[in-house]
Amino acid sequence: MSTPYAKLPAWADYGLIPLINLSVAFIVAGFVVLLVGENPFRAAVILVEGAFGKGTGIAFTLFYATTFIFTGLSVAVAAHCGLFNIGTEGQAYIAGLGIAIVCLSFDSVLPWWLTFPLAIVASAAVGALWALIPAYLQAKRGSHIVITTIMFNFIAASIMVYLLVGALKPAGSQAPQTRNFLAGAELPKLNWIIELFGAKIRSAPLNVTFLLALAMAFLVWLLIWRTKLGYEMRTYGHSPKAARYAGISETRIIITAMMISGALAGMMALNPVMGDQHNVAIDFVSGAGFVGIAVALMGRLHPVGIVLAAILFGMLYQGGAELAFEMPAISRDMIVIIQGLVILFAGALEHMFRPYIQALFASFSPRSVGMEAVKGKGA
Amino acid sequence: MAQAAIELIGINKSFGAVRANRDINLEIARGTIHGIVGENGAGKSTLMSILYGFYQADSGEIRVGGNPASIKTPNDAIALGIGMVHQHFMLVDNFSVLENIILGAESDALLKRSIAKARSELERLEREYGLDVDPDAIIEELPVGLQQRVEILKALYRGAEILILDEPTGVLTPAEADHLFRILKQLKDQGKTVVLITHKLREIMAITDTVSVMRQGTMVATRETRKTTVEELAELMVGRRVLLRVEKGEAEAGAVKLAVKNLTVKDSRGVTMVDDISFDVRGGEIVGIAGVAGNGQSELLEAISGIRRAVSGSVMLDGKPIDLTGAADPGELRDRGLAHVPEDRHHVGLVLAFEENENSILGYHDDPRYLRGPFLNVDAIMADARDKIEKYDIRPGNPRLKTANFSGGNQQKIVLAREIEQDPGVLIVGQPTRGVDVGAIEFIHKRLIAMRDQGKAVLVVSVELDEIRSLSDRILVMFAGRIVGERGPEATEGELGLLMAGVERQEAAA
Repeated sequence: MSTPYAKLPAWADYGLIPLINLSVAFIVAGFVVLLVGENPFRAAVILVEGAFGKGTGIAFTLFYATTFIFTGLSVAVAAHCGLFNIGTEGQAYIAGLGIAIVCLSFDSVLPWWLTFPLAIVASAAVGALWALIPAYLQAKRGSHIVITTIMFNFIAASIMVYLLVGALKPAGSQAPQTRNFLAGAELPKLNWIIELFGAKIRSAPLNVTFLLALAMAFLVWLLIWRTKLGYEMRTYGHSPKAARYAGISETRIIITAMMISGALAGMMALNPVMGDQHNVAIDFVSGAGFVGIAVALMGRLHPVGIVLAAILFGMLYQGGAELAFEMPAISRDMIVIIQGLVILFAGALEHMFRPYIQALFASFSPRSVGMEAVKGKGA
Repeated sequence: MAQAAIELIGINKSFGAVRANRDINLEIARGTIHGIVGENGAGKSTLMSILYGFYQADSGEIRVGGNPASIKTPNDAIALGIGMVHQHFMLVDNFSVLENIILGAESDALLKRSIAKARSELERLEREYGLDVDPDAIIEELPVGLQQRVEILKALYRGAEILILDEPTGVLTPAEADHLFRILKQLKDQGKTVVLITHKLREIMAITDTVSVMRQGTMVATRETRKTTVEELAELMVGRRVLLRVEKGEAEAGAVKLAVKNLTVKDSRGVTMVDDISFDVRGGEIVGIAGVAGNGQSELLEAISGIRRAVSGSVMLDGKPIDLTGAADPGELRDRGLAHVPEDRHHVGLVLAFEENENSILGYHDDPRYLRGPFLNVDAIMADARDKIEKYDIRPGNPRLKTANFSGGNQQKIVLAREIEQDPGVLIVGQPTRGVDVGAIEFIHKRLIAMRDQGKAVLVVSVELDEIRSLSDRILVMFAGRIVGERGPEATEGELGLLMAGVERQEAAA
């Protein structure tokens, strides 16, 4: 009775419903394309071909996906503990600072495979510390984590701007960014993997961070479903009262979950900074933290779902860029609208179609939706 | 014979598989005070919510003043002259009395004229019913009793002829309650009809003309108040179901395992719920705490188990004190041999979204048996869960099934299995068989008695008198946060019922 929506077979829950939500989002997006006088079917073809048609497109799609896997995992870890971390954006941004310090210090002395682990640790540590403050305020002072993490996004942005136009900027430079890293802080590309399958790649930023993202997805799965800590986080997330009953410290679990969430957000910065731009520039996160919320929701907070959702959003980013190039009537803003629709239907309106689908399933086969559990007389 | 103000005919209402109201017939005479009593969950509030338009009945008919009425929203109810005073007040704290009264009944786009009109109307109402409140006072600055008066005025301002009060005295001091009763009598004298929902029998006897008793969703009886007694009502309320007497031998009480001294606990609103309570539980005995729900039993259990902070007093477990400052770690208490089956298994004792096996370690997830380093030892947990499923006959016997999909009785068995199998020295159990099917009740009782026979101390809190009487070696009765009497298991239902209703003084003389 308490979970009226929990009665669908798993394949419908995890496959059918996201698919329907996604389709509706694209249908509505199609009408928007129609409205600006373009052919929605051609637009769809350009979008998909742009993302997956050529090797370069695939590499770009996976590059964007890497970023979204990190932010999606970050949001999901906090969400499993019942916390809504909106601060992924700021945690990733400020983590750029940790990476900058490691890279600028060691890029001339260490090879990439030594700089990279140091940078991973630095980015995770800075991200975690940035999440620690709102977590502490929530646990000890009851300040709402949604509000504080939003505020910390602004604080992070201000600090980074201050540093990038000041201390981190090479003397005499006009650009608000660090100097470019040397070879010791440039991550190797992974384009050869796609080339193995026969595709050609001109130049694309897909790099080893992608593998780190996949490893983290696995570790998050392990953490949430296979460790004592994950068990405690889920208990608190489902029922703080039950957690209190079970002797789980509210303070400890909130702070731990938020720090892990912040660490994952921080690692996101490795991908654009060390894998692509080779410097830390203003606004390098550019909204990926917020996309992470949609990715986590769409992926139903499960690492496999998050990886798939991240690839979908990577496709929208990459295919969208191609679309804006091919169809002049469709500007960059149109792409944002399409992404917004996907977020709206897959995230915010996630449960909109569920009652109908459930009714449909119930009319076909009552057993499949668990109706046999309520046989006999009522309680 | 007075004409009926309200007639309910064949009302049915279900929530999922729970039938909150079944086939209710009720006639409330105009110009009377009509009491509706029943335990928590008996369906009183559901019935009144249907009458006030919060819920729609699945079937049945409502007649107001003899005419069939369709009440779909509270506005329909108000239009028919029905007013409701809720248990938790629906007032805007930082508005004045006057502003609260016109809220939702503003007659003009500009407030000025509405307020002027309301002020003169309010003055008339206050004169007529003796309801003195300063119209310009801010709600949050008023004591609870006056806030309630504002709620009553709100209903009268909207032209209520029939006033429903849901547990109105729960938040009042005895003096405030007496004042409320005087107001209600005055309303009756002016020809209004009052419906009083309560589980306090003393109030029913004091002011109602007629009383209806509800139990488990059905209307079991309607009596004229002056022709009934507290004993009869208590019996009707608690129900004379089949006596589930489980065979048990004499208790062999040993050393004191749990000692509660001068314990005082307040709830989140600051109302004293447990008032200077002292008692002991010895190894090898079951002590039962009887009482009508809401008399402090829940707070008592929570304080002992380290979940709720106590104001003063002490609790000794095996001769060593329990930290009552709210910093107590329930996990540490478990290590010291205190197991707790909480009253609310849906939100406290279990995580319904978890698989059965995950719930079978809740609270004991620190136990090295279930761990392999920082990882859960899934094989050990599953084996353990299967073991408990078999021992406690939990059905369906699938440890991977979501806990929400188990029946109430089986959910309770999951909790009991978890707590009992840890072999604690002291077991405290809240409502062992609430919402549990009859078949499982006997099983649960047998388990608790087996614990006793192993020399464990068992403390049971239940609102089911039958259960208390069949399980306990000693019965303590709680009323208004105090223990008002101790009886042996041979005490009659009537005797306990009187104590539960807070009329211990006459009883003490007998």
